[in-house]
Amino acid sequence: MDLQTVWFILIAVLYIGYFLLDGFDLGVGIVLPFLGKDDLKRRVIINTIGPHWDGNEVWLITAGGATFAAFPGWYATLFSGFYLPLLLILLALIVRGVSFEFRSKDSNLKWRSFWDWAICVSSFIPALLWGVALANFVRGVPIDGNLWYAGGFWNLLNPYALVGGVTSLFALTLYGIVFLGLKTSDDLMVDSQNLAWKIWIPTIFIVVSFTIFSYFATDILSRLGINPGAVPIGAFLAMLVGGYFIYTRRSGWAFAMVALAILLTVATLFLTLYPRVLVSYPIPENSLTIYNTSSNNYTLKIMSIVALVFVPVVLAYQGWTYWVFRKRISSKSNNLHY
Amino acid sequence: MDVLTLSQLQFAATSIYHFFFVPLTLGLSVLVAIMETIYFRTGQESYKRMAKFWGTLFLINFAMGVVTGIVQEFQFGMNWAEYSRYVGDIFGAPLAIEALLAFFLESTFLGLWVFGWDKLSKGVHLLSIWLVAVGSNISALWILIANSWMQNPVGYTIEGSRAVMTDFWALIGNPHVWVQFPHTVLSGFTTGAFFVMGVSAYHLIRHKEVDFFRKSFQIAGIFGAISIFLVILAGHSQAQQMVRSQPMKMAAAEALVESENPASLSLFSIVDQNGKKETFSIRIPYLLSILSYNQPSGEVKGIVQLQKEFEAQYGPGNYVPSLFISYWSFRIMVGLGFLMMFLALYAVYLLIRNRPLRQSRLMAYFPFFIALPYLSNTSGWILTEVGRQPWVVYGLLKTADAYSPTVTSGMVLTSLILFILVYGALMFADIYLLVKYAKAGPASVGKPYPSGEIAGE
Repeated sequence: MDLQTVWFILIAVLYIGYFLLDGFDLGVGIVLPFLGKDDLKRRVIINTIGPHWDGNEVWLITAGGATFAAFPGWYATLFSGFYLPLLLILLALIVRGVSFEFRSKDSNLKWRSFWDWAICVSSFIPALLWGVALANFVRGVPIDGNLWYAGGFWNLLNPYALVGGVTSLFALTLYGIVFLGLKTSDDLMVDSQNLAWKIWIPTIFIVVSFTIFSYFATDILSRLGINPGAVPIGAFLAMLVGGYFIYTRRSGWAFAMVALAILLTVATLFLTLYPRVLVSYPIPENSLTIYNTSSNNYTLKIMSIVALVFVPVVLAYQGWTYWVFRKRISSKSNNLHY
Repeated sequence: MDVLTLSQLQFAATSIYHFFFVPLTLGLSVLVAIMETIYFRTGQESYKRMAKFWGTLFLINFAMGVVTGIVQEFQFGMNWAEYSRYVGDIFGAPLAIEALLAFFLESTFLGLWVFGWDKLSKGVHLLSIWLVAVGSNISALWILIANSWMQNPVGYTIEGSRAVMTDFWALIGNPHVWVQFPHTVLSGFTTGAFFVMGVSAYHLIRHKEVDFFRKSFQIAGIFGAISIFLVILAGHSQAQQMVRSQPMKMAAAEALVESENPASLSLFSIVDQNGKKETFSIRIPYLLSILSYNQPSGEVKGIVQLQKEFEAQYGPGNYVPSLFISYWSFRIMVGLGFLMMFLALYAVYLLIRNRPLRQSRLMAYFPFFIALPYLSNTSGWILTEVGRQPWVVYGLLKTADAYSPTVTSGMVLTSLILFILVYGALMFADIYLLVKYAKAGPASVGKPYPSGEIAGE
């Protein structure tokens, strides 16, 4: 296996890590004002992700840095090409981060309500736009002979990408609600479990629509990178089984299944892309690949050593924090920070 | 305005704004860690309270540093795509390493520190805040390794139209790193110290929580005096490095039009940027040579000669950075640096004198002195970045060739306005909270509103 492939896998892992971890806290943010019917409930909801959301978001930052280091051509074309959507995501992440920290630092209810809605909107925007971006990866975007993005802002907002956005919005919202079902107690737990079932039904409908749309709106099947085989089927099955566990109120399994569905979906995406990193449409020859965008072998080798040493260390201590804070959060807790 | 100018404005605005929060994170994390260490070793509850109070202010500031840092990670690709392609092999590596080694460490262990008071043993809890402090400072190291490469490129070769890395250890061993890193980190420590001294002074002159704030003032005063002294020492080495690696920046910072041997140091100069001649100048003979080479002789090259040398080497063009900005940012940074050293020494003197601190009239001004390190830090970065122009990577790539070819001026104008609006609003909220909690004092710790009831509890 060449180093470019190693880094393709590593970056796929970083994005999977990002969606698996930040995915649920985006969902939690979206439902915050709805499930949190009073201030105390809102505090409990935020405290379920309190110790984790920042560390979860670092997966994205690391993915960005790793893309820069390993595939500077990809980093340059993608980020300058997707300028405005990325700007919206960044602004949302900025507002979101401070909202968590600021909202409980003043008892004025208007102040709190303002930041709670800020959390909701700033979680909504990335959850929607990541789907738009990923759908465009698969569909392909206009790229010129110098490997620069050749489309405009509106090219990115095509119907297929928008359906992709709605899909990721629903999937991540569901993921967040299922997480709350697992991490809260009493009323909030019951409310979350009920809402999860109500959201699961449209989610599965949208997922099916998106899959059918992919078949008709893109030529993805005719230019697969690696045939993902059973992986997308596994994703769909996990979503179905997840529905069963949501219905039967088995929070742990429900969470695990939705997580598995998200993992397999992102994995499918990267499998179909390989060895491309940004598909060119309508001129497939201009596609960005891991070979025409990568750093030299020396850089990749250095970075591989660094990653092989430190990624396991990060996984170990981040995993440990989830173990430390494994208990359900109760509204009777006297250790609510946010 | 064109894409280049707008992109430069946006980068300057977002980076300066980001660096309002970073130095306090660097310094205050260490100070809180020191306070909790004293608590751990003595078991005195007052130090736990101290760590919690200053920790609350730390958290408000930290959140701003983190979120504005996300923009830094992505805007190279967004606005400087040609740059990203050109340097990605080299510049991307330290950025990725920074995220992997530092960002995970600080964010994860800060979560543990905040939520872990009752869940972790005292030792593990203490370890958490130290890991946050270490993480923040490791982050500074790697981003400065990246920046140092832009100032003084090493360990690379040019392949086609890209710079590629040939020696990773040369990047780390870049002499520029090892003057810039201590200078920057210690400036952060100084910022933390002046922040703690300023807030403590506010309470001391009002005779509130005297014991608590005297101890805080003491820790910060000693920490600050040591830090600012070392900042100045490191700054001296950095200036000598600048004479070697970027003589034009030094000439601009000193408004040195013609080469001199021995070179004089400017006290006050007015220089015509276009005519490249002095209009008015007061200079101290010998001093620039002494500062540059630690001896009273040695040539320091002037702007006119350097411009000729650059033209011979790189072809026609203007190689002189803005003299006004370089010259005055240098003077503000150095001037405030020395002022802070005297103030920190004075603070230590007050502590040694061992009388109530509020007897000193100067204490009333310490809250305002919090602004000094911020002005000084910002001036330092402006000199570093503006003084390197017209280069983005010194001697290799010009800023004018580095921006994104597919981004339009309308897009950059949109993003610049949005950044200014969002950053401006957040600055208000941030300062409002910092002032509120700082004024309320340690009694407010853990409570969302200093004097009132906690809603929902």
